[in-house]
Amino acid sequence: MNLRLHIWRQSGPDAQGMLKTYDVQNVSEHMSFLEMLDVLNEDLLTKGEIPVAFDHDCREGICGTCGMVINGRPHGPLVRTTACQLHMRTFKDGDEIYIEPWRARAFPVMRDLIVDRGSFDRIIQKGGFVSVNTGNAQDGNAIPISKKDADRAMDAAACIGCGACVAACPNSSAMLFTAAKVGHLGSLPQGQTERSTRAMNMVLQMDAEGFGACTNHYECEAACPKGISAEFIAQMNKDFVASAFGGRD
Amino acid sequence: MALNSNIPDGPIQQKWDKHRAELKLVNPANKRKYNVIVVGTGLAGASAAATLAELGYNVSAFTYHDSARRAHSIAAQGGINAAKNYQNDGDSVWRLFYDTIKGGDFRARESNVYRLAQVSTSIIDQCVAQGVPFAREYGGYLSNRSFGGAQVSRTFYARGQTGQQLLIGAYQALQRQVGLGKVKLHNKQEMMDLIVVDGRARGIVTRDMVTGKVQSHMADAVVLATGGYGNVFYLSTNAMACNVTATYRAHKRGAFFANPCYTQIHPTCIPQSGDYQSKLTLMSESLRNDGRIWVPKQKGDTRSPDQIPETERDYYLERKYPSFGNLSPRDIASRAAKEVCDEGRGVGPGGLGVYLDFSDAIRRLGEKTIADRYGNLFEMYERITGENPYKVPMRIYPAVHYTMGGLWVDYNLMSNVPGLFVLGEANFSDHGANRLGASALMQGLADGYFVIPYTIGGYFANGGLQAVGNDSQEARTAVQESEQKIAALLALNGKRSPTSFHRELGKIMWDKCGMARNEQGLKEALKRIPELREEFWQNVKIPGSGAELNQSLELGLRVADFLEFAELMCFDALQRNESCGGHFREEYQTEDGEAKRNDDEYCYAAAWEYNGVGATPTLHKEDLSFDNVKLATRSYK
Ligand SMILES: Cc1cc2nc3c(=O)[nH]c(=O)nc-3n(C[C@H](O)[C@H](O)[C@H](O)COP(=O)(O)OP(=O)(O)OC[C@H]3O[C@@H](n4cnc5c(N)ncnc54)[C@H](O)[C@@H]3O)c2cc1C
Ligand code: SF4
Ligand code: FES
Repeated sequence: MNLRLHIWRQSGPDAQGMLKTYDVQNVSEHMSFLEMLDVLNEDLLTKGEIPVAFDHDCREGICGTCGMVINGRPHGPLVRTTACQLHMRTFKDGDEIYIEPWRARAFPVMRDLIVDRGSFDRIIQKGGFVSVNTGNAQDGNAIPISKKDADRAMDAAACIGCGACVAACPNSSAMLFTAAKVGHLGSLPQGQTERSTRAMNMVLQMDAEGFGACTNHYECEAACPKGISAEFIAQMNKDFVASAFGGRD
Repeated sequence: MALNSNIPDGPIQQKWDKHRAELKLVNPANKRKYNVIVVGTGLAGASAAATLAELGYNVSAFTYHDSARRAHSIAAQGGINAAKNYQNDGDSVWRLFYDTIKGGDFRARESNVYRLAQVSTSIIDQCVAQGVPFAREYGGYLSNRSFGGAQVSRTFYARGQTGQQLLIGAYQALQRQVGLGKVKLHNKQEMMDLIVVDGRARGIVTRDMVTGKVQSHMADAVVLATGGYGNVFYLSTNAMACNVTATYRAHKRGAFFANPCYTQIHPTCIPQSGDYQSKLTLMSESLRNDGRIWVPKQKGDTRSPDQIPETERDYYLERKYPSFGNLSPRDIASRAAKEVCDEGRGVGPGGLGVYLDFSDAIRRLGEKTIADRYGNLFEMYERITGENPYKVPMRIYPAVHYTMGGLWVDYNLMSNVPGLFVLGEANFSDHGANRLGASALMQGLADGYFVIPYTIGGYFANGGLQAVGNDSQEARTAVQESEQKIAALLALNGKRSPTSFHRELGKIMWDKCGMARNEQGLKEALKRIPELREEFWQNVKIPGSGAELNQSLELGLRVADFLEFAELMCFDALQRNESCGGHFREEYQTEDGEAKRNDDEYCYAAAWEYNGVGATPTLHKEDLSFDNVKLATRSYK
């Protein structure tokens, strides 16, 4: 198939960006979306033009590195699918495709489609962990955990830290990402000791990074490639209120 | 130079305890005076950096990713082994040790492997304490599955995302230390070189991948946990950015590279679909618990799988290896797949595929149970191929997956360059000529959580470290050399892309140094690789400048190192006139096509010393002695 791409080009963090149009020919339906961009980039490079910078690594939907807004949707049209797992059979000959970076104050554009998501790491640094040093652990089976709780923790822990939830949110809120971590640890007995402070400290950092507030649009849940449920936001809000009474540290 | 593996004496069961008791300690107040550089934040690097910081060392960690959580470890699906014997099925430290030695085809160091089996149980405990959501049974206890090369159920897992969950655990421990100010984390910094001063590893050169700035960082010890080199084949299951630069650069600075020819070809990957293919996708080996592998008995049978009756199917693994069946070790299962495809019985486009069929398991257990166990893998398969594996059997083919070779290290995980420690897939230490499934995650975390925190203290406590700064001659020279290399690449302005060279190199390696190798092919490769390298240095094109985010430049630098390293692999494969594990030399096989080892002449680890680009490296041998496990022909029949 032949396609027309409109891609955001921006040469650096402070540069002015714009959409540029490229035509790509003979795209196979078996290609992944990123492989289609590879083909474009090889072509640009041999013509002496600068290839389109985009982030990617595992190409298996697990590392969370890739991320781009495709036709207005973070990660593109398929539900629960990262950009790297999207295949060209989803498109048809003659399609025009708009490709842009995540847009959020807390995710500055570094180049073309690459943004800086360091703010996510800083949120985790404020409490997205269990404070246990290596060597302190008791036997793994000494803490039985019901399958239900373990499954719930796993549902939340499946977050890949891609940032699509932020890109989808009209307020650029990072609630789903933050709630996924709070929900993962809060579903497990190991996470209870620090539960009262975790939500508070992480949410405050989220605000400090310039992410917006949550006004219940649920766009995040729809865009999340890992199907993280917005229910975790409700759970985090409860923890947050509880810790407002308990104080933060 | 004689290789000293520094194996403690005494019975194997007591070596590690004894060694820990004898290692000199650094007192707690002094630990903060030591600076440690950790390159890599995968399982090995993140666990090491976090633990060293907990102990009080000053740690600087580096990764080329935009976040420590993105390391390639994240992609591991199936699970992690540990000798917990929770299933009461006869597992023990001894059995895990034995299985690993045997699985590695008797080419690993006994003492290291025993220690690995010993600490495996603590890993699970540590990860549970961190909140890793391992799969549980209804009673609340940890669940296990089986993996290839073992007859016990000792693999712990978190759905099909075990690597992700273990890495997130280590990443969180690391971020906690960053928050506490004990680790300085440098994202988007690519190590370009190792700095050696007075014979000791004292720092690294990095390139900032956003600004392009090249600079030195100095420390008292350097820990490399930079993963494997499978991408030398271009197509592999490794993440796109995985590369050999860090370990290869250290090799060029004097560190010996051991057993580079030992590469693992994984039997269950999604077959290639076209030339544009950028990587191959693994379907976890855990699928072989419930999936049955078969091809048609008849050559060129193009009927759809549901039209081929039971009697006309060849479940070749079950037939050839009745006691391990579909769970035969990877090297054996991969070669068996190649064999049936070479016979013309392969399925799918180009006949490069075999079926992995779940219909029996679905009939027996129901679709729900299968979905519970492998749901995300099935989804992934369908997304990539457009076929529904609940309805039609998966098609799989072997692909490059893991590299057992790596920098040579002693019992303390220190290379022959004092102060340079190497962990995880980047070292050669535990898997011999073939790694068993679910053992890489175990090794990475063993090295990082439970080995290096002890052994690095022993190195520091021995003293002798002078202060060296960024202004030292060695640091300045190393920075200049990296800058010159970048400038040279950018100045070429040739006609071909770095990817085109990478792809061509990969094809040479797959054809000549892949699943099966022979003398003639290896010699051809040794002729072709230098030619390709020469062309690269005349004709590669890298647009843009060095002082900006430039992905073509990043790739160009990595490919340049692969083009040198590939030769080393071929030298190693050529030198080893035997077949063992992942190294199958066609000249050395038994009558029924099994690998034929030669213990009299090749029972050693081959550690190579660098002598210059294109020059034949010098071979140093570490003789392996098997005092606890009897050398035997590996049989899975
Ligand atoms: C698809 C797949 C599935 C797998 N499944 C399993 C499984 O189920 N069980 C199992 O036991 N094993 C599995 N493995 C193998 C296992 O995942 C790896 O061997 C292991 O995770 C390697 O961990 P590591 O810490 O050594 O390196 P990695 O996780 O590869 O980390 C390397 C780190 O080094 C950094 N780095 C590298 N070079 C540089 C440089 N020059 N400068 C700066 N930073 C650098 C990277 O940024 C990264 O942080 C699987 C592998 C693959 C490919
Ligand atoms: S919650 Fe979903 S969309 Fe947000 S970072 Fe995690 S995986 Fe991505
Ligand atoms: S590249 Fe890893 S999730 Fe897309």
